[in-house]
Amino acid sequence: MSPPSDAKTTPKITAQVVAKVAHLARLDLTEAELALMTTQLTGMLDHFGDIDKLDLSAVTPMAQPFPIKNVYREDVVVPGLDRQEVLDNAPAPQDGRFRVPPSNGSES
Amino acid sequence: MSNASSAPSHATILPNGWEMVIGLEVHVELDTKTKLFSASPNHFGDEPNTNIDPVTLGLPGALPVINRRAVELAIRLGLALNCTVQASTFHRKNYFYQDLAKAYQITQYDQPINIDGFMMLPGDVRIGIERAHLEEDTGKSTHFGGTSGRIHGSDYSLVDFNRAGVPLVEIVSRPDIRNADQARQYVSELRSILLAVGASDAKMEEGSMRCDVNVSVRKAGEPFGTRCEIKNVNSIRAVGKAIDYEARRQVDVLESGGTIRQETRHWDDSEGRTHTLRVKEDADDYRYFLEPDLVLLDPGTEWVETIRASLPMLPAARRARLSQLTGTDKESEAVYVIVERGQDDYVQLVADAGGEPARALVYVQQAFAEEGATPAVSAAHLAALTQMERDAKVTATQAKTILAEMVANGGGDPAAIAAAKGFEALDTSAVEAMVDAAIAQQADAWAKYCAGEEKAMGALVGAIMKASQGKADGKVVTAILQSRRSK
Repeated sequence: MSPPSDAKTTPKITAQVVAKVAHLARLDLTEAELALMTTQLTGMLDHFGDIDKLDLSAVTPMAQPFPIKNVYREDVVVPGLDRQEVLDNAPAPQDGRFRVPPSNGSES
Repeated sequence: MSNASSAPSHATILPNGWEMVIGLEVHVELDTKTKLFSASPNHFGDEPNTNIDPVTLGLPGALPVINRRAVELAIRLGLALNCTVQASTFHRKNYFYQDLAKAYQITQYDQPINIDGFMMLPGDVRIGIERAHLEEDTGKSTHFGGTSGRIHGSDYSLVDFNRAGVPLVEIVSRPDIRNADQARQYVSELRSILLAVGASDAKMEEGSMRCDVNVSVRKAGEPFGTRCEIKNVNSIRAVGKAIDYEARRQVDVLESGGTIRQETRHWDDSEGRTHTLRVKEDADDYRYFLEPDLVLLDPGTEWVETIRASLPMLPAARRARLSQLTGTDKESEAVYVIVERGQDDYVQLVADAGGEPARALVYVQQAFAEEGATPAVSAAHLAALTQMERDAKVTATQAKTILAEMVANGGGDPAAIAAAKGFEALDTSAVEAMVDAAIAQQADAWAKYCAGEEKAMGALVGAIMKASQGKADGKVVTAILQSRRSK
């Protein structure tokens, strides 16, 4: 994530930007969908552009909408899901594992 | 690997003024009972997919709740690495991979829990720690079909989610490491610290401690070069070998007029080389955003200070203490080995019981390799043995024999063992008589020795030891011979 932008100008959404975001989300968009999404995303960002025009220097940035912090769970094992039941819902279980197509995505 | 410091130096000297710049990213699995955000067991080696739950599988509606113990262990580690502990947040790192059911990993991004630490290496080398942040581990996929058994060209993968969600801390060093020796020392010391604070079992062979190595080269004093990240470096030995290989490869490329691409490379331990895994043409775009299902993690000063107060003495401090007690270099192999075995408290007990600390250190290093932190031989008995040797009641060789017997029997009074073996002390006058007899018998050797041929002493000492049936103290014999010659 890039740091919060101080730019007063709203970044321009182009069809190329939308195509890249679609690729990252593994969405296959048609030319018509690409054009529609570009228009819609531009409208959304224009709204944030309106907010950017306000003087917000006195407002503390909000990392979380919830006024609570430190919600912990104790380190105690609770039985989870039954493997057979879970694998029965998978398209292609094999040897107690999920069989999936190869991915060209990146490992962490 | 126990004592990276005292091993002979394997540091590669690069040609023509080239210098290595190395940074390490080490992932360690925390030693908790449950996962970072759910209550399934964190347990290595179970049947596939038996430690799973809705959070682990990323089922719709499942919500993460953080494990308090994982936070505590992360803070323990951070404090041990001299980090500042701060209020922190979690982000989603978005990418598609088989072993990540949610299509994102929950990790810490711009507000990690531990920042700005450091670790000291032998020779007062300071390595900065940029951050040590919490994140969840991924599942494990095994690739089938194709020719290589690796993902490229495989037909399908089988996924086990037992490891998904296991708590990790990723420790990111600053690029302060300059050679393979330092890198191995860093990993070795980090492992010792992890064990000392109880944060992880740090078993590289089981993957609970994993290293990614960033290597670049530059001419000394110049800006950093383009770096490559090396993955699959699964032992401390491999860390050193991978770095040396990769740095030489980069220098070869640059010296022949080429350029280094920023890329991820895979270390092949059997071939002893790295090869391209993927090129980072587009900077990875993980579209990090704040994890909306988790709230601010702010451990607060009180908890942090409670944890700090509960930390044990760390390996570096223990080595310093043992070094001072025994008068031995704190970077010596003996000091590293004893502290790593956790036997330094025992050496202290021997000293407290009136033993000779330096002798005790040597005895413990040599004879107690299998004994653990509380050897079966009592500290009092080992203290007595060091005194017997100090007072020349037994020779060094006899002491060694007695010690071996004590270890084999799980203890025993050294004086009783000495008596049983007939190791009674020879008084100095008896030894002197033997020395004079040997000088008379080995006139040739004596003449040579007196003429300054030190090697000739061996024949004399041998004759005396034989005459005493091994009961004479070699050091005493040598001293008498020297004093006879100087008369």
